[in-house]
Amino acid sequence: MSTDLVLLAVLMGAVTYPSRALPMLAPGIERLPPRALLYLRLVGPAVLASIAASQTLVHTSNAGVPQIVIGPEVLGVLVCMAIVWWRRNLFLGLLAGVFLVALLRVAGIG
Amino acid sequence: MPSTSCATGPARRRFSDSRVSADLRAARRRLLLDSAGIAASAIGFALVFGLAARDAGYSLLEACAMSVIAFAGAAQFAAVGYVAAGLPWLPIIVLTFFLNARHLLYSASLAPRLRRVSFLQRAAMAHVLTDEAFALAATHFHRVGRVDVPGYWIGAVLAVFIPWNLATIAGYLLGSAIPDPAVLGLDIVFPAAMAGLAVGLMTGRREIVAAGAGAAIGVVASLLLGPSVGIVVGGLVGPLVGMAMPAPAHDAAPGVGAHAHADELHPMSSVPLGHVNLDEAIDEADADSHLDAVTPKPPMPFGTFDVEKALEESDEDTRTEGRE
Repeated sequence: MSTDLVLLAVLMGAVTYPSRALPMLAPGIERLPPRALLYLRLVGPAVLASIAASQTLVHTSNAGVPQIVIGPEVLGVLVCMAIVWWRRNLFLGLLAGVFLVALLRVAGIG
Repeated sequence: MPSTSCATGPARRRFSDSRVSADLRAARRRLLLDSAGIAASAIGFALVFGLAARDAGYSLLEACAMSVIAFAGAAQFAAVGYVAAGLPWLPIIVLTFFLNARHLLYSASLAPRLRRVSFLQRAAMAHVLTDEAFALAATHFHRVGRVDVPGYWIGAVLAVFIPWNLATIAGYLLGSAIPDPAVLGLDIVFPAAMAGLAVGLMTGRREIVAAGAGAAIGVVASLLLGPSVGIVVGGLVGPLVGMAMPAPAHDAAPGVGAHAHADELHPMSSVPLGHVNLDEAIDEADADSHLDAVTPKPPMPFGTFDVEKALEESDEDTRTEGRE
């Protein structure tokens, strides 16, 4: 069994771990000024919304060019968000979103 | 009446302790339910990764090493493509660094809340910090109003790390028998979960504006610079737009005695501790406790401030009043 790529995995882990760990392990992070703490508090909603919007709306074409594509995924994500907002239940939202997208694709939409 | 306050203090504390415990259990049940959706997404993509790794010539050990040690979905997929194309390792490692740089944001956002967790435990927590783990932890901490270390492990390990690694093995062994996740609609689970968890964090005007700006800026930046950069730009600039919003009216009021710096103590709480009337909150919780059996309600009556600390300070105030 080949093990050459285990070293590559270790190196990939080595360049990933600092970005995951440095702020968490840095001493004195709690002594940041209130404005900085407010900024960090707002990172959560901003970055999650950024991920969701980019992953849903932006698709890379075969030529490697990012472009906006409005497909059934957008509807699925919006339905999920609405259910989470209404029922406070992510699992229910995901089920509804996935079911809707699968249904639309079976129907030949998207 | 100081004497009455002294008599009710411990009873109130016991009531509230049990209330907090019940809320924490309820929040963890919700976390487990949220985790189920995230785990489904992780399984779907890790199955594909296992299959792709096998097709690219990885051994099972190498595929597992990627999922255990690197544990970074997008970078793992990119590496599969580059290894299959015979590219040297250096570009793969550099790409991995840039693809995963967004974890800096997650780590920095969680760090103020984890300051009381031991160094070794934080070091271990960092290894399993992913998009999904951050989303689940941030929402869960916000819901319970404080750090819940077991909750972090549930989100990071139970929902992501274990499913991702087991599915990597399954994908490698099962091969082409695996259906395409897109056929089942599973490809939208990840963005839908991120959107749904963002909704859970939008508890105030600034949070809503930060999320809206993060989404809009993320899309535009993704179009101009590519999705992996665009996501980071949205996450970096969105909060600045949120901060530009005027503070809620109560934030402009003078601080309330010892609680004036509550924002610093609870950086992710949407309602600063200093603006909570503890007696009213507990009275409301008392009234709520009679309704809980019949009224479905999000388990977060104390989700916006640290109940234990508030009660400690309240009891201290009460004792001071008694002595006076």
